Amino acid sequence: MARELSRTRLNRRKFMAGVALAGAAGTPLAVQTANAAAPAIEPPPPRPSALPPNAALAAAETAPPQEITQVEGGRPGSDFMVDVIKTLDIKYLPSNPASSFRALHESLIDYGGNKQPEFLTCMHEESAVGMAHGYFKIAGKPLLTLCHGTVGLQHAAMGIYNAWCDRVPVIVVGGNDMDAAHRPPGVPTFHSAQDINALVRDFTKWDDTPVSAQHFAQSFVRMYKIATTPPYGPVMMSLDAGLQQEPIRDLGQKLYIPRFVPSSPPQGDSGAVKEAARLLVNAEHPVIVVDRAARTPDGIKLLVELADTLQAAVVDQGGRMNFPKTHYLNRPPNVIGQADVIIGMELSDFWGVVNGFVDNGSNGIGFNETKIKAGTKLISISSVELITKSNYQDFQRFQVVDVSMPADAEATLPALIEAVKSAIPNDRKAAIAQRGETFRKAYANGRENVKKAAAIAWDASPISTARLVMETWAQIKDLDWSLVASEGNVSNWPNRLWPMEKHHHWLGRSGGYGVGYGAPASVGAALANRDLGRFSVSIQSDGDLMYAPGVLWTAARHKIPLLAVMHNNRGYHQEVMHVQRLANFRNRVAYLGNDLAPLGTGIQNPDIEYHKLAESMGWWAKGPIKDPADLAPAIKEAVAVVKSGQPALLNVWTQPR
Amino acid sequence: MRNAFILIAAGLVLGGGAAFAASAENGKKAFVAHGCWQCHGFEGQGSVATSNGTVIAHTQLPFEAFETFVRSTNRAMPPYREAILSKADLTDIYAYLQSVPKPPAVASLPLLNP
Repeated sequence: MARELSRTRLNRRKFMAGVALAGAAGTPLAVQTANAAAPAIEPPPPRPSALPPNAALAAAETAPPQEITQVEGGRPGSDFMVDVIKTLDIKYLPSNPASSFRALHESLIDYGGNKQPEFLTCMHEESAVGMAHGYFKIAGKPLLTLCHGTVGLQHAAMGIYNAWCDRVPVIVVGGNDMDAAHRPPGVPTFHSAQDINALVRDFTKWDDTPVSAQHFAQSFVRMYKIATTPPYGPVMMSLDAGLQQEPIRDLGQKLYIPRFVPSSPPQGDSGAVKEAARLLVNAEHPVIVVDRAARTPDGIKLLVELADTLQAAVVDQGGRMNFPKTHYLNRPPNVIGQADVIIGMELSDFWGVVNGFVDNGSNGIGFNETKIKAGTKLISISSVELITKSNYQDFQRFQVVDVSMPADAEATLPALIEAVKSAIPNDRKAAIAQRGETFRKAYANGRENVKKAAAIAWDASPISTARLVMETWAQIKDLDWSLVASEGNVSNWPNRLWPMEKHHHWLGRSGGYGVGYGAPASVGAALANRDLGRFSVSIQSDGDLMYAPGVLWTAARHKIPLLAVMHNNRGYHQEVMHVQRLANFRNRVAYLGNDLAPLGTGIQNPDIEYHKLAESMGWWAKGPIKDPADLAPAIKEAVAVVKSGQPALLNVWTQPR
Repeated sequence: MRNAFILIAAGLVLGGGAAFAASAENGKKAFVAHGCWQCHGFEGQGSVATSNGTVIAHTQLPFEAFETFVRSTNRAMPPYREAILSKADLTDIYAYLQSVPKPPAVASLPLLNP
């Protein structure tokens, strides 16, 4: 409809019609002319198997744009879109540029003044989504990213899946030139599709394809609202290039921008809350298991209050910073085996909490085993039940529970705490207090055991992951630090040894375990921390960095300070072990080639010089560091650089885990 | 320095009622070549992520028990049968694990006692 109204008014359409005609006729005409002029019948020269693009095709993708957006008849749709976006106070827009949203891009930086949001140049759509993912975990506010609706969204898809699994809102808008009769032929048409949202529909909370400016306004505010209502999640909009570029249709109605009013998170049913409290206060060994329970710093306080009231062990699975590591009720997962009541909050895998899967057996086929005693009562508070979809299996195995609350844990905690306080019988109070004393002793012993484990291979080269983590800690402990990512698995040493207490001390992991999250999420979180005056540090693994290292340039370009200490074990280590495992099951010697690891899993020969890679993109960097004695001075130097506002990277060769 | 230590540590390992000459130096190479390092670290320090925290450096298991476990494990660790890991190599690996440097006392490490 938009095209019918605008066709006669827009030079764009006339110009593109000309391009299309030339593109369609150019090559055949040239061939006919050459044949007519030939004095004798000569066979045409052999044609290469791959022809260069014709002039029209090449111009459409590579030449300076010859058309400009005309404002005849009204303001461009994309200017109004910027007005809409600005009402939502979105601070940044990490994005890789693309022709399908050129109109909105131009409006953002020129009409919108490149503020709220500020465009951040990215070199990969996956990086842009990863940055938005990390940013939210610090700022608590979503970012917007724009991408080409087809190839760009394909790049972005893994990052969107990670955000989905990690329950993080990201506002994704994909440019898509939908009018087949008028869009440019050639490359722009390759980059168009009927329904780009279908690519990510299985792992976004909502999507839409607006067909008018007013429709955009409604859908953009709606998608923001849906994304930021717990359970959080990414949302998607297919945005027609014509709708962005053309003047707004005058339908005799004044455009309006809906006001954003946040939704309150869903709370657990009051009856279910009371039943949960009754079970918990009467339990001999209640255990609280949390994964993404603390959405905000308040969530930590509430969990501490519940745990203190019950003197119950807390197992923090680390999807977020849920519970202080310095609290004596913070216990390792093996306390599950003693439990008679377990309450799981925002768990991504309740089955995996109470069951084990051993990837072994007589034929190399895994088997299951329970981790809990018969009769253990299970309680679940999980908002994820409200958005379960079918295709992707992030919902994990089905676990029967005794009390199920499809609700947001943090929002339900105040009612649960009150119910627990009311339900504790007087004759239980002494036993509950005694339970706490037992945990104090266990916590103290556990700390000593962790230190002893950390001391093993302390002077090893490659450097032990415990040494790496503690040398880093020594240089940042007096700062307001934030561990923005720890990828590649350093045996969980930061969580075991660092006194994590604040919500920004630990952000959790990728969610979907899609490798390539760590580097962009670190940069995104560091961006948010920069604005809050905090110091950002990441444990950056080698394989993760190489998925899209261009995000290093983005960090330097936009002056985002971040200390990246590399856990460079020179391999895709999970896969190193998987292939070895299969070789053993099959009674075969794993072929290593010239590497240390089974062929196809190592990252060596040649070794990547990550410090040079980072330097080439504007980072201060040093490496490779192989001697643990060299770590402290290098980290100290890097910290000074980061405090001055620059990103810094240390390439450290490490033990595998 | 470490190589010298390994050579000195090479010794005798009793197994199956017989005495085997064991080389810690060869054991270190076999430890790497057979992929033991992948889950246990280059010095047998282990990891909560890959060996459930089990430390095999200076293992207290007698060689016979060690061998039985390695050959027949059906838990998280895959088995290494004799077809893919010879008894000689396993004996050397055992010697290597006895030879790695012992960890410093925790009290001597300021970083672990902030």
